[in-house]
Amino acid sequence: MRTVSARFNSTTTPNPSNENSRPAQTHFGFRTVDENAKEDLVKGVFSSVAPKYDLMNDAMSMGIHRLWKDDFVSLLNPGRRGPIKILDMAGGTGDIALRMLDHAREKYADRDTSVLVSDINPDMLKEGMRRVRQTMYHNTPQIGFQVANAQELDPDIFPDNSFDLYTIAFGIRNCTSIPDVIKEAHRVLKPGGTFACLEFGKVDNPLLSQLYEVYSFSVIPMLGSILASDRESYQYLVESIRRFPSQPVFAQMIRDAGFTTGQDFSGQGGAWRDLWGGIASVHLGVKA
Amino acid sequence: MAALRRAHSTANLVLRATGSTTSRSVLPAAVNAGNRHLFSRAKPAYPGHWPLNTLENAFMAVGSGLMALKDPRRHDMVATLGETTAGYALPRMRDAMLASAEGRRILRKRPSVNSDTVDMEWLKTLPEGTFGRAYITWLERCGVTPDTRAPVHYIDDPELAYVMKRYRESHDFYHCLCNLPVNVESELALKFFEFFNIGLPMTLLGGVLGQLRLTPDKRHRLFSEYLPWALKCGGGTSKPLIGVYWEERWEQNLEDMKKELGIFDPPPAVWRRPLSEAAKARKNKLAAEKAAQERADLEAMGQKPPQ
Repeated sequence: MRTVSARFNSTTTPNPSNENSRPAQTHFGFRTVDENAKEDLVKGVFSSVAPKYDLMNDAMSMGIHRLWKDDFVSLLNPGRRGPIKILDMAGGTGDIALRMLDHAREKYADRDTSVLVSDINPDMLKEGMRRVRQTMYHNTPQIGFQVANAQELDPDIFPDNSFDLYTIAFGIRNCTSIPDVIKEAHRVLKPGGTFACLEFGKVDNPLLSQLYEVYSFSVIPMLGSILASDRESYQYLVESIRRFPSQPVFAQMIRDAGFTTGQDFSGQGGAWRDLWGGIASVHLGVKA
Repeated sequence: MAALRRAHSTANLVLRATGSTTSRSVLPAAVNAGNRHLFSRAKPAYPGHWPLNTLENAFMAVGSGLMALKDPRRHDMVATLGETTAGYALPRMRDAMLASAEGRRILRKRPSVNSDTVDMEWLKTLPEGTFGRAYITWLERCGVTPDTRAPVHYIDDPELAYVMKRYRESHDFYHCLCNLPVNVESELALKFFEFFNIGLPMTLLGGVLGQLRLTPDKRHRLFSEYLPWALKCGGGTSKPLIGVYWEERWEQNLEDMKKELGIFDPPPAVWRRPLSEAAKARKNKLAAEKAAQERADLEAMGQKPPQ
């Protein structure tokens, strides 16, 4: 039973003008930590949750995450215009990758679409590899696994303008610098390629939001301790959801990296689509 | 309740007179955890404290109970069940400790029992027949260490949290004193003993639920031989063992100690191979298989495996 038990007490705000003083700070859930420490902390959390990740997702969302991921993949509709190359970032246990391949195969008889599953955490990738071994895609060129940092992709393995679709599902909020991730996504996508992000969002409806709050901060950490012996990691996860920018702010960050998005509303033609009242939402951007 | 409060205040005076510096709540914690309500939690009072409101406490009690039944190797769930069902037992245990000078010393100094604080090498040098020597012999015979106790998370009052921790850490001493190994029947017998001696609800729960997993003949032996022993010894002749300062008694003669504390031997138990041997063999095999799979995975995902 591994727990994240780092204690960081500093609460100073970032000080970009003075490089000799302490490094810039960022948030880790509701705590404030050094920027260069966050990556290791997040790595610790995910190494800890990896073996029970899928079970916990089912328990925490009562299976609803499957519906969200199905919606996400249907929306992106891989295979409609022929086989494509997909980069599934923070792809960990392979939920999105396998759905993409199954969708292309079942709907369009497409056996050439390929997914490169990338994650910063090797333990999560190992879980993904284990799952792929149970499917027909094992040992085929349709699926590959690569350890990588979404903020700094190795240009030899991830060349410029090489992917048709970049997906990141429930991963971007754990990255230290979201703008860097989106910038790298922009670099590796072909012109006309799509950036698709499935992430937790802000809930507007006050009643739903209150229930969601109680559920997040009460039930989820308890489920974490009962099912996975790890209350602290799940406490971090629900805190990190609260820290993530709201849908309009995130849409603007996507535009800042050079993508074209829809207008600032939820739905067809909008920059995002809310799922279940905003608990999750899908952000889309196209590289010009 | 009023009598309890009076007794507690008296104990408080005695403690202050003896120079105690521990801060203490005047009222029993079950009342003082009046910071805990149906929907509101107390504030974290010590490192590792995860406060719960009453609803959450109930949820954790049920959840951890089910999980502990389903997978008894989840020691953290057993520990959680113990803490969430402790109720009024912990203040009672604390008062039992306050009733003797030895117990008051424990509450003041708050000693810990683990392989850092217990000098195992020195214990091996003690003469035969001493408690310390018997303890180290028992540890080796069963293949356990004093290090496996889960930390306390859900008790709101820091002192009661320490009492809980002390109870957990003393469990092995009870094993040694009563000369019981660590197989399931003996653990259950000891749980009943602890219930009659200390009164923590979890011990009764553990005994009653744990025996469901026994074979019929073992269960029969448990109830016909061990339960009467637990009742007569734990509930009848013996002093509250929670107030015993084990670390001061390493060199005391074991038989004298048992006489002093009112312990007599249970019916003879079956001693099997030390736990550590079997566990180690299993662990090595699993580790080798896992290492092979990991090398294959790492190579496939583009990373060099460690040499």
